[in-house]
Amino acid sequence: MIKLLNFSNIFFWIEKLINFISSIFFVFLLVALSFALIFSPPDYLQGDSVRIMYIHVPSAWISLASFTFIALLSILHFLFKIKNLKLVIKSIAPIGLMFTCLALVTGSIWGQPTWGTWWAWDARITSMSILALFYIVLILTYKFVSEEDKANKISSFIAILGLINIPIIKYSVEWWNTLHQPASIKLSGSSSIHSSMLTPLLLMFFVLLLYCALIFLMKYKTEIIRIKKKNLKRL
Amino acid sequence: MLQKKVKKRATLLIALTLISLLAIFFILMGLNKNILYFKSPTDIKTNEDINFNKKIRVGGMVKKNSLVIEEKEIKFIITDFQNELQISFSGTVPNLFSEEKGVVAEGKLQDKSFFIADRILAKHDENYMPPELKNLMKNNVK
Repeated sequence: MIKLLNFSNIFFWIEKLINFISSIFFVFLLVALSFALIFSPPDYLQGDSVRIMYIHVPSAWISLASFTFIALLSILHFLFKIKNLKLVIKSIAPIGLMFTCLALVTGSIWGQPTWGTWWAWDARITSMSILALFYIVLILTYKFVSEEDKANKISSFIAILGLINIPIIKYSVEWWNTLHQPASIKLSGSSSIHSSMLTPLLLMFFVLLLYCALIFLMKYKTEIIRIKKKNLKRL
Repeated sequence: MLQKKVKKRATLLIALTLISLLAIFFILMGLNKNILYFKSPTDIKTNEDINFNKKIRVGGMVKKNSLVIEEKEIKFIITDFQNELQISFSGTVPNLFSEEKGVVAEGKLQDKSFFIADRILAKHDENYMPPELKNLMKNNVK
C-alpha cells in the first residue's frame, strides 16, 4: 500500500490515466455535443436558447460538488495532516473556480433573452457569486501564505465556512422568492425535464467530469513535480 | 484511538463550525426580508409599512385573460392564487412574457392594488419539453 502511494508509483499511474482519458475524451465530447446541439429538440418556450442549459447545469453541479469535496478533504487534512491532500485541494480549486465562472457567465447569457436581464441580485445568483469568491480566496491563500501550517489553518477555515454556503445555494430557490427557477431534476421523484433533453444533459455532465479528471491529473502531476524539485517554484 | 493532538484539532474544528453556523443563521434571519427578490401580492396586502416612494419588485403569475395590450400601455393582473395586483407597464417585454407564466415587475406601488412597473422580467419555470409534446398536451386538454 505504501509502495503504491510512493510518488514515483503515483506518477506512473497518473501518466497511464491521462493517456486513457485523453484517448476517449474527444469521442465522448463529439457525441455529447452533437446530442446537445443537433439531435435534441428546441424547448417549447425558449426555443434554441435551451441549449445553453447543457453547459450551464453541469458546470453548476461540478462547481458545487468540487467545493464540497475540497471542504471534506481540508477537514481531513486539518485533522490528520496528510501532505498529499493539500496537493489534491490545490489541484481541484482552480477547476472549481472555472466551472463556477462558467455557470455564472452561461447563466447570464441565458438570462438576457429569457428573463430580460443579464444579472439579478436574487438569492441563487448572489450565493453562487459568493461561492466564486470563496474559491478565489482559497486559491490566494495557497499562493500568498508561505508558512505551511498557517496556510493549512486558513484554507480549512475558508473551506468549512464555504461549505455552509453549499446548502444555501442548493435550497435558495426553495426557501426564498427568486428569479431563478427551481431545480428540474430531483434526486427523488420525477423530474420536470423531458427525456429527450435529459439525455444530452447527462452526457454533457459526463464529458465535463472527464474533462475535470483530465485537468485535475495534469495539475496534480505538476504539483508533485514541484514538490520533487523544491527549487522549481514556477511552472 | 485518536491521538491527543488530533482530538484537540477536532474539538477546535467542531467549535469553529458551530460558531460560524450560528453566525450565518443569524445573518440570514436578519436579512430574511431583503433576500426575497420580489414580493407576492399577498405580502403586499398583509404588510402594513410599505414605502410607496421606494422602488420594489412584485412577482406572481399573469392571470388568464387579464392581459390588455393598448397602444402605449400593457395592463395585466398578477396573482399568487390568493390575492391579485393590477399592473400597468409601458415598454418592451421579454419574449417569454405571456399569460399564465411567472413574471417579476419592478416599479412603484400606487396603492395596495395598483402598481406601475418600469421593467418587466419573465420568470421561467422548471419545465423543459420539446414543442411537439406541448402541442400534444394542448390537444389532450381540449
